[in-house]
Amino acid sequence: MKKLLAGTALAFASMSGASFAADTTACLITKTDTNPFFVKMKEGASAAAAENGIDLNTFAGKIDGDVETQIAAVESCIAAGAKGILITPSDSRALAPVVGQARDAGLLVIALDTPFEPAETADATFATDNFLAGELIGQWAAATMGDTSEAKIALLDLNPSQISVDYLRDNGFLQGFGVDIKDPTKMGDEDDARIVGNDVTNGNEEGGRTAMENLLQKDSGVNVVYTINEPAAAGAYEALKSVGLEDQALIVSVDGGCPGVQNVADGVIGATSMQFPLLMASKGIEAIKAYAETGEKPQNTDGLDFVNTGVELVTDAPVEGIPSITSEEALGKCWG
Amino acid sequence: MTQPVIKARGLVKRYGKVTALDHCDFDLMPGEIVAVIGDNGAGKSSLIKAISGAVSIDAGTIELEGKPISFSSPLEAQDAGIATVYQTLALSPALSIVDNMFMGREIRKEGIAGSVFRALDHAKMREIAREKLSELGLMTIQNIDQPVETLSGGQRQGVAVARAAAFGSKVIILDEPTAALGVKESRRVLELILDVRSRGIPIILISHNMPHVFEVADKIHIHRLGKRLCVIDPKEYSMSDAVAFMTGAKLPEGAVEAA
Amino acid sequence: MSDTTQPTRKGQEFEQTLDASDKTVASFEHESRGFVDRLQHALHSNPTLVPVIVLIGAVAVFGLIAGGKFFSAFNLSLIIQQVSIIGILAAAQSLIVLTAGIDLSVAAIMVLMAVIAGNLSVYMGVPPVLGLLASFVGGTAAGLMNGLLVTRVKLPPFITTLGTWSIFYALNLWLSGAQSIRSQDIDANASILKFFGNNIALGGARITYGSILMVAVFAVLWYMLNKTAWGRHVYAIGDDKDSAELAGIRTDRTLLSVYALSGFVCAIAAWASIGRVGSISPQAFYEGNLQSITAVVIGGISLFGGRGSIMGALFGALIVGVFQSGLRLAGVDVLWQVFAIGWLIIFAVAIDQWIRKVSA
Repeated sequence: MKKLLAGTALAFASMSGASFAADTTACLITKTDTNPFFVKMKEGASAAAAENGIDLNTFAGKIDGDVETQIAAVESCIAAGAKGILITPSDSRALAPVVGQARDAGLLVIALDTPFEPAETADATFATDNFLAGELIGQWAAATMGDTSEAKIALLDLNPSQISVDYLRDNGFLQGFGVDIKDPTKMGDEDDARIVGNDVTNGNEEGGRTAMENLLQKDSGVNVVYTINEPAAAGAYEALKSVGLEDQALIVSVDGGCPGVQNVADGVIGATSMQFPLLMASKGIEAIKAYAETGEKPQNTDGLDFVNTGVELVTDAPVEGIPSITSEEALGKCWG
Repeated sequence: MTQPVIKARGLVKRYGKVTALDHCDFDLMPGEIVAVIGDNGAGKSSLIKAISGAVSIDAGTIELEGKPISFSSPLEAQDAGIATVYQTLALSPALSIVDNMFMGREIRKEGIAGSVFRALDHAKMREIAREKLSELGLMTIQNIDQPVETLSGGQRQGVAVARAAAFGSKVIILDEPTAALGVKESRRVLELILDVRSRGIPIILISHNMPHVFEVADKIHIHRLGKRLCVIDPKEYSMSDAVAFMTGAKLPEGAVEAA
Repeated sequence: MSDTTQPTRKGQEFEQTLDASDKTVASFEHESRGFVDRLQHALHSNPTLVPVIVLIGAVAVFGLIAGGKFFSAFNLSLIIQQVSIIGILAAAQSLIVLTAGIDLSVAAIMVLMAVIAGNLSVYMGVPPVLGLLASFVGGTAAGLMNGLLVTRVKLPPFITTLGTWSIFYALNLWLSGAQSIRSQDIDANASILKFFGNNIALGGARITYGSILMVAVFAVLWYMLNKTAWGRHVYAIGDDKDSAELAGIRTDRTLLSVYALSGFVCAIAAWASIGRVGSISPQAFYEGNLQSITAVVIGGISLFGGRGSIMGALFGALIVGVFQSGLRLAGVDVLWQVFAIGWLIIFAVAIDQWIRKVSA
């Protein structure tokens, strides 16, 4: 099925501003152009490109995991003589060979949001510190509960593929909450009795609801719910509400999309970690411009193997010792 | 003089440069079985298609019981009373005998159940189907809710013929009814054909099987080079005569071979 | 006029020996058959038997493995609730599959119609009833579009719906801005959209209106397919379209009605999905088309058309739900749930092939 999709997906890939006047060309390749996160990313890249006089071509797969379309997009960028590529890889490993080709051809390749494995596959990675994002909501949940010995934790992850963003947020949350995470690159290997279970949501409301129902079936006393993103959180809330348990559980999430922030304001989500896709893209464009002019490549943030574009905790019930912003402040910065 | 059931005059049908029917005539009298024979490519099937409404003719006239007819689809021909049993039988294998017999002319229940809820009257359709099959001596078929695909070739042919005969047809066209059958089953189908005629329905029979044709036909229409070469009485000619006429090896008395 | 001579009932000379042979050809031979043979025949005349047996067996086995948590009224009603949307989509899918087609666009139509109803009622101030009405008209029109492409332009259903899947998906993203409509906003402006999320508590069970709707949709479609002439025609077309045409069915018109009805059922699924999910998510149910096909296939409806009962699709959807719930409660990783469903599909198609050989 996926193969068949690739053809249509190419039709979805848009070429914007393909004029040949500008000297520097850059490419933005996102996983999809449907997720508001990537829409915001594209917005940031377009604005920065216009500001810096860079010609921007944008491409996107049709669905998350659409590797073929992304490979074709990288090849097009090489052929078009672009100076640099900003890419959110649909597969952290499968794209490595084509990225290598691009770098050999002298292009600067920057991974946005999702790092390659190994991270050195690309020249640089501009991303949210997903582990930190998870850790912040974990710490917040633990502090809000006070005594965590009676905690019953439901973990609503993305999908069965064990991709980095999924296990980083999940393990970050557990570490922040005070659970021994064992292997930090694996989900579900913990043996802490407070964990009710893991289930997958595909990052949307329907999946979030079904996953929450399933975990409630395992233990109806769930009182802490970690969710991979805010749509999944909204679904989890519906599941709790349908059995009258919405006040029993703290729901935490990661993302910072506008509907998610609104859900923090409405008390659906207790706290969420906001990330900044617009910043990733605009910084990426600036890096390509710098590289085109001086040949200089961006430097990683100290202590990390990527450039941290920042994360902020959003909650209307702040706890001491964990810096946070309110949902009202966050609504001004949210994406989507 | 008795009026022919079907009378066709000067039929012409061209496919591009090929003339399949070249001013062809055809007659079918009440209560008789007319077999149409001819070599491959002689235009037999074009003639049958013209009569059954499957193709539209370029020139000529066809009359059904004295009234001129012109069909744009087999459906119209069927509604007018010309039923065709195709070589493929046009049965739906997975559906039951009853469903197949009433395909396209289902009976609905009376009252609201039928008019508003469109409910079918299965009981009545079963009853009629059983009756029609018995009339043709086909009631060895015991379970009429049985899917057609579980029947033998001869039984399927029987269902198809029963369907054609059941609904007030004036003419039944049988296209190669015994072609796919074994010896025993062919015999059964030939008897069925005679049964249908004995009920007063005239039949046009297309067949390559000379023994079968000579056995059941009252008249044999020999088709050659797109037109009627002659009509012979099977009792007066032998099979080898017929084959000779068909292939042009011999000319019947009074007939003139076209240049 | 030739005299109608009494036909020579004796037949040809070479056939005379037949008189001495067995004359029972045209009757039904009830020779004794082995158990496997009889089973094959039983399944052939009643294809829904397989999914029913599998469903009952699966419930029993998971009841033993996963214990009371699985075999509780609450969990069983939850399974029905969880499969209700895919179930309704499977009903729409069954209609198309019975005509020997396949519809890759069912879920896309559903999500698009949910987005249309939501956008109109929640954001544009249209009375919610009119918003829903628009989605029903839209769903029917979307189905009709598939049908016209199949019957008039003569495209294969697979290609047609592969195309319209993308088209409807793109429209959905354009209309929704790829952004979910939040549950709270729906409650405030158009709570009727979530009507099917309400439930009746029956002992421990919670029967949502959506679950009841799913059963009702199947019941109505079953009636239409089995008790009306239209239904017989649908089967005949799926069985052999040319034969149906020759038998006097207006096949294209019937096909159009099937596609339009399927689109309408997708719009019903859209309404139910809003109640089920709570919010309107343009990203949800992306694989709903494949899941609906899975339910249809496991339900014993032949992908070659014309065979199987629509009720099979209901059981197929429930089987998937029971497997997922049972395996989950037994602590089996999601990965292996996917694995199990894969085998179920292959098993179902293999059974279908075997049953179809009965007449050979």
